[in-house]
Amino acid sequence: MSADPLKKPLTRNIDPTREPFDLKQYEAAGGYQAVAKVLKMDPKEVTETVKNSGLRGRGGAGFNTGLKWSFVPMGPDAPRPKYLICNADEMEPGTMKDRVLLEGDPHSLIEGMICAAYAIQAEKAFIFLRWGYTLSEKRLRKALAEAYEGGWLGKNIKGSGYSLDLIPHISAGRYICGEETALINALEGKRANPRTKPPFPQVSGLFGKPTIVNNVETFCNIPPILTNGVEWYKSLGLTEDAGTKLYGASGKVKRPGVWELPMGTPIREILEGHAGGMREGLRFKGLLPGGASTDFLVEEHLDLPMDYASIQKAGSRLGTGTMIVLDDQTCVVGMVLNLTQFFAQESCGWCTPCRDGLAHAVKLLQAIKRGEGRMEDLNKLDQLCRFMGPGNTFCALAPGAAEPIQSALKYFRADFERLIPKQPMAQAV
Amino acid sequence: MLSPEERAEIEAEIHHYPRKEAACIEAMKVVQKHRGWVSDEGIRDVAEIMGMTPAEVDGIATFYNLIFRKPVGKHVVMACDSVSCWVMGYENVRECLRKKLGVEMGQTTPDGKFTVLPIACLGDCDHAPAMMVGEDLHHDLTAEKIDEVLKRYS
Ligand SMILES: Cc1cc2nc3c(=O)[nH]c(=O)nc-3n(C[C@H](O)[C@H](O)[C@H](O)COP(=O)(O)O)c2cc1C
Ligand code: SF4
Ligand code: FES
Repeated sequence: MSADPLKKPLTRNIDPTREPFDLKQYEAAGGYQAVAKVLKMDPKEVTETVKNSGLRGRGGAGFNTGLKWSFVPMGPDAPRPKYLICNADEMEPGTMKDRVLLEGDPHSLIEGMICAAYAIQAEKAFIFLRWGYTLSEKRLRKALAEAYEGGWLGKNIKGSGYSLDLIPHISAGRYICGEETALINALEGKRANPRTKPPFPQVSGLFGKPTIVNNVETFCNIPPILTNGVEWYKSLGLTEDAGTKLYGASGKVKRPGVWELPMGTPIREILEGHAGGMREGLRFKGLLPGGASTDFLVEEHLDLPMDYASIQKAGSRLGTGTMIVLDDQTCVVGMVLNLTQFFAQESCGWCTPCRDGLAHAVKLLQAIKRGEGRMEDLNKLDQLCRFMGPGNTFCALAPGAAEPIQSALKYFRADFERLIPKQPMAQAV
Repeated sequence: MLSPEERAEIEAEIHHYPRKEAACIEAMKVVQKHRGWVSDEGIRDVAEIMGMTPAEVDGIATFYNLIFRKPVGKHVVMACDSVSCWVMGYENVRECLRKKLGVEMGQTTPDGKFTVLPIACLGDCDHAPAMMVGEDLHHDLTAEKIDEVLKRYS
């Protein structure tokens, strides 16, 4: 049974127990109507609609999607070709939401991308898919072939005069490829170091041409917005943020999973209602609300709505909206060490705070975990976090890496201190 | 030398991009698909068709962890060592693989059947711990399940 399309627009066609809809089934369920509608609209009007809907990027940063599109040069003098890219790299540890959409309803992603490409008048689009999503790749390739066959992609789409090619690119690995300018370098066949900004990709991106990069979930929001309208979309959110969100939970909860819920659903409802609370014998200790690169939240935050502003006010970020739950039996220092090792390994090595700071943080955390740390190491870690903070590096990897460390030190400092041996007593003479 | 199939597949990729070199990573993936890994000869073959130097191609190859510059076994086992899997028992998975296959992370079994590697989050965190064997995902891993999964690959 599929969900109510007006309540759960993202997962309306998704049923994990069967294959995703093929073109015929997707069309029968109202699919590609957004494209049909858009092709008769002025591109700028499409961008305006998306902007007014309040849709914010679901890749982690939460920038207004329509506003981002509006920076692309339009009109006959605009540089060409223009490019549209779907970021389907999904490598943020603890994040498994784009997979649900890619495997569950590939046509809806393709439809969203066609609408977006039309809005910026792109002639070429790429889906940058992470290597490990082999089932997604298979289903996506099948859906793409059907969309070409059905005349929704290729030359002169449905007689509109608008043409678009959509090409899947399978990544060769590395977390940094998810950063949009690093992704662009990877697509150009280069080492995936991020680029300095400005220029922003909207003006000079892939091969130096105007380029928009959006997340999978962001694109999947587009067809419902265009079909059902801005007012409907805004009314879905429980707080000031519009739409629905794929929330998730992993860790030692009773029912880990991914659920489409109204934007602004309280953390407690997700954790206790949908994820079923902690497993028998375990107590909740903290959670990373939106993937590995977000600050820990604790008990006192559980009644906050999971929206951009509330989570930010609590000192963290909504990020990808998929929470990683920490229980009272899991070693916090071990968890932070695991996260920091990941970021150190995935650093592209360009900026000193990231390359050296993360390596140093790993050494300090390892020493603490072995019981060989010193009290001043905790201050050193605090300092390293500031050193890696926003504004000191070319991309957001290092500031993101600092988030779980700095917040663990804030909320769980006693757990670190407990592992540090007391200063040896001065020997009596 | 590139086989005719390799050459045809690489040329189909080149066709998607305005600059030939952009297909360099795709070309290495094609070579890896056919030969299992990318040897120095593979690098030279890709360099030749791309009009690049082997050093340039190798510089790119070494950035990406899924371009194998060393030979790997028939099946590559990649166990997720990221945070959700770590919380849910990655260390047991690693121990289990070590016992069953008799090799450490990064090594290949003497019979050349399995190479075991750690891998970052597989996007299956709600079914942690997870691992891939070749192209297949296996999750909610326990010692028994790992045993049973490995038997399926010969
Ligand atoms: C280190 C790093 C990794 C990222 N990985 C991803 C990713 O896997 N998927 C994604 O959509 N965005 C990722 N982002 C965010 C992208 O840079 C970009 O903001 C996003 O794709 C824009 O899409 P949106 O506006 O639709 O959210 C990453 C950012 C950083 C700094
Ligand atoms: S912050 Fe880290 S990953 Fe980002 S550009 Fe600098 S070194 Fe590379
Ligand atoms: S952390 Fe292992 S699959 Fe995500």
